[in-house]
Amino acid sequence: MFRRTEPTDCTIVWEGRELPARAGESLAAALLAAGITSFRETPVTGAARGPLCLMGACFDCLVQVAGTQNMQACLVPVTPGLVAGIQHGARSFEEEAA
Amino acid sequence: MSVADEWTAGQEATAPVAESVDLLVLGAGPAGMAAATEARAHGMRVLVLDENGAPGGQVHRAVEARLAKGAVEARLAKGAVEARLAKGAVEARLAKGAVSDDQDKDGAKLAAAFRASGAQYRPNATLWAVEPGGKVFWSEGGAARTIQAERLILAAGATERPLPIPGWTLPGVMSVGAAQIALKTAGLVPEGNVWLAGQGPLLWLYAVQALAKGGRIAGIIDLSPPGGFARARPYLMRALKAPEYLWRGLVWQRQVKRAVQVTPARELRAEGEGRLERILVDGVAHAADLLLLHDGVVPNTQVTRAIAGVTHGWDPVQRCWRPGLDVWGNTAVAGVMVAGDSGGIGGARAAALSGRIAALEAARALGRITTDERDARSGPLRLLRDRQLAPRPFLDAMFPPLPEAAIPDETILCRCEEVTAGRVRQAVGLGCLGANQTKAFTRAGMGPCQGRICGPAVHGVIAAARGVEGGEVEPFRTRFPTKPLTLGELAALAG
Amino acid sequence: MKKALVIGGGLHGLSTALHLARTPGWQVTLLERRHVGRHSSGVNAGGVRRLGRALPEIALSVIAAEMWHGIEALVGDDCGFRATGQVKVAESEADMAKNHARVAQVRALGWTHEEVVDQAEVRRLLPAVSRHVVGAIVTRDDGSADPMRTVMAFRRAAEQAGVVIREGVAVTGLDRTADGSIRVQTDQGEFEAERVANCAGAWAPDLAALAGETIPCGTKASMMIVTERLPHFVDPTVGATARALSFKQTAAGTVVIGGGHQGRNDKVAETSSVLFGSLAFAAQIAAQIFPCVAGARIIRTWTGTEARPPDDMPVIGESRSLPGLFHSFGFSGHGFQLSPAAGAAVAELMARGATNLPIAPFTQDRFTVPA
Repeated sequence: MFRRTEPTDCTIVWEGRELPARAGESLAAALLAAGITSFRETPVTGAARGPLCLMGACFDCLVQVAGTQNMQACLVPVTPGLVAGIQHGARSFEEEAA
Repeated sequence: MSVADEWTAGQEATAPVAESVDLLVLGAGPAGMAAATEARAHGMRVLVLDENGAPGGQVHRAVEARLAKGAVEARLAKGAVEARLAKGAVEARLAKGAVSDDQDKDGAKLAAAFRASGAQYRPNATLWAVEPGGKVFWSEGGAARTIQAERLILAAGATERPLPIPGWTLPGVMSVGAAQIALKTAGLVPEGNVWLAGQGPLLWLYAVQALAKGGRIAGIIDLSPPGGFARARPYLMRALKAPEYLWRGLVWQRQVKRAVQVTPARELRAEGEGRLERILVDGVAHAADLLLLHDGVVPNTQVTRAIAGVTHGWDPVQRCWRPGLDVWGNTAVAGVMVAGDSGGIGGARAAALSGRIAALEAARALGRITTDERDARSGPLRLLRDRQLAPRPFLDAMFPPLPEAAIPDETILCRCEEVTAGRVRQAVGLGCLGANQTKAFTRAGMGPCQGRICGPAVHGVIAAARGVEGGEVEPFRTRFPTKPLTLGELAALAG
Repeated sequence: MKKALVIGGGLHGLSTALHLARTPGWQVTLLERRHVGRHSSGVNAGGVRRLGRALPEIALSVIAAEMWHGIEALVGDDCGFRATGQVKVAESEADMAKNHARVAQVRALGWTHEEVVDQAEVRRLLPAVSRHVVGAIVTRDDGSADPMRTVMAFRRAAEQAGVVIREGVAVTGLDRTADGSIRVQTDQGEFEAERVANCAGAWAPDLAALAGETIPCGTKASMMIVTERLPHFVDPTVGATARALSFKQTAAGTVVIGGGHQGRNDKVAETSSVLFGSLAFAAQIAAQIFPCVAGARIIRTWTGTEARPPDDMPVIGESRSLPGLFHSFGFSGHGFQLSPAAGAAVAELMARGATNLPIAPFTQDRFTVPA
């Protein structure tokens, strides 16, 4: 799908799995570089979705970042050790408190 | 301490912003950077809000970082390019990578001047409302902020026109623009079963850039309506006022076609279980793990359409709405101006020129320069802009947007609310004449993207279903906040 | 056939036209300057509420409530109406005292739809409500409907009943012809009719003025918020005794928040704008009464332009300066629920000069004739 042309310099955690990444690149780019295309499940039908535009417009790359829901992965910069996961459907109240 | 010093001093992202500014610029792409730089030259207090982390916009995305990294390489390469130029080989100048180098040079110059201008610059700042009288709201780091601006220059750029095909919501289907961003910001190149599909200059440019970086493309599905050159021929002479555009386009296509199979096609579908696995090109299946779609770009009018009183007109050729502007970029609302592609697609160089022209008008409106000075300074800029815009009619005729009537009923148009073309057509049958009525009826356009992505497609499907021109169909009314903020963020403004 | 014209394609105009077209002997044309449902009709909160009505409005509102429960029979669509109840929460003992007094007053007039409930019951009805809420007034079979769907249903029903809807026709003048009918001048030519209804919402007082009648009336631009989809957490529509709030969760999971916080109208440009400094209070009240929504993202905000007489009550009655012209406007942001009944009343007035429906309190004479 995609291949990196530049070296990685840190790792992030996606769904409990460690992935190589470059600090400062977008979380969406890091996930795509690792071959991950499914970022969320839609609130309407539960269908899997990944990013479309990578420029903050489409809201299809929503993920959970450090417990905060519905973050646009294309606008979240990678920091070493960042923990993120799939956004399952609509925002839920329970996980927000965590 | 000069004005410049005061403003430069406040450039840290955490520094407080003043209660008011002379000019607020939205967007740090070519138009926004040029507008801010010009306005600072006339002593105005300027605040620039930009959603991205660094100046450049889409076209010059991450230009500073990429140039810094490649500085050494570039210096070496420059010698080689100059040597080839000296030999007079025009093609050599446009060979591998040189095109984007040109763009990067423009971007780097703009960014350097902008950084040095003393304009206050807030990256990662999302504007979400403009109220009558110039009160502007934005969010930064999860907190809402507000400022009073005497004048506004909105330079929000362009967005890609959606190309809805059956299966385009599958993970693994993205836009060509998205892949270009991944290339520019993270150095990701395509590899494996990667297909490009659609039409338009950006598709070819991305292919050139991706191949130059060592990427591999399985094939290009050319969906452009046949007869492009015949349609465009009447505009050829005018386009040759700025021949480099056409020349580049031809060179890009030739380069790409040498390396990649290009298949003209009418119908495209994406299929797979939970993610993209194959594409069907006129019924023929190909394995695919990434499909990149493109059908040209349209002005980003999300903010201007939300401002009461700003008029918009239908552009029947590019089939999109654009704000009603005078030659300076003034909208129908006093103090609200538009520069760059968000006022009509013209490309990066035209955008930068229109940014400067708008800033000169803003300086005149605020009494910083006289009308004569504005006219004298803007005259040459306007001539240059006219030249940059000369090839547009040719390109528009060459790549007319794909017809929405041909979108199959089962295709999802509104990705957020998962509303199909068939349901929108059904709503039209029930008496919905415009996008706001079909929205209320089907929820198409009601999701978090607020119709940004599906807007042109929903609009086109309604027009085609009614059998009228797009201009007769009321577009989505956009509403502030044009980007979502939380109730808590808004509540904090209640004090 | 006698000819009637209805000016204004909002819900009240559509309802009036529908009822009149179903009256034997009437041929009805509706004139709309822009498109049907352009302003507040299509974008209001959709509250179907008797709760908290001003006393003179209760009788008409009670009749309208019965019509809402049979809305499908009336217009052939359920309009998204759900009788999920309306709850007005008390946030203090002082609020509770007010609630008791209010309900006693309503019951003394013979109405039983409002009921005071205690903290346990309000928590049962609204499990997500803030712990500081001490009780509420409840109307259990009130509810809400989908405004645009309602507009479209009334439009279809009206057209099926024979109403001719002309969109994009703006009225420029009103006068009487030699033979006694009313002539309506528009930017698309002249229309003549025996009876004309003025259902032009915020622009209705201007029409009255064209007919030589001055009716005191301002405008409203009530602001609304809608959030992203949230898990289902509340059924009834919720208000508050002492603070401006209207709060409901739609079937899709989005939350619609209003309460009468005012934006800015520009009647000439036919636009209205949200003022976020004021709307912030709606967000604050909502998040205080339902803390779980504080992190929810706002997807859109909007306003709808609406007429508002000085006493916040509608004007329904025949013109004093141009008999044959009937006013029905000024619903002040709470006319959605009344629309089926008000339209029936105005249609009766137009067809036979009188109605048994309880609209006497709404005569414009209240502004000119000393009580």
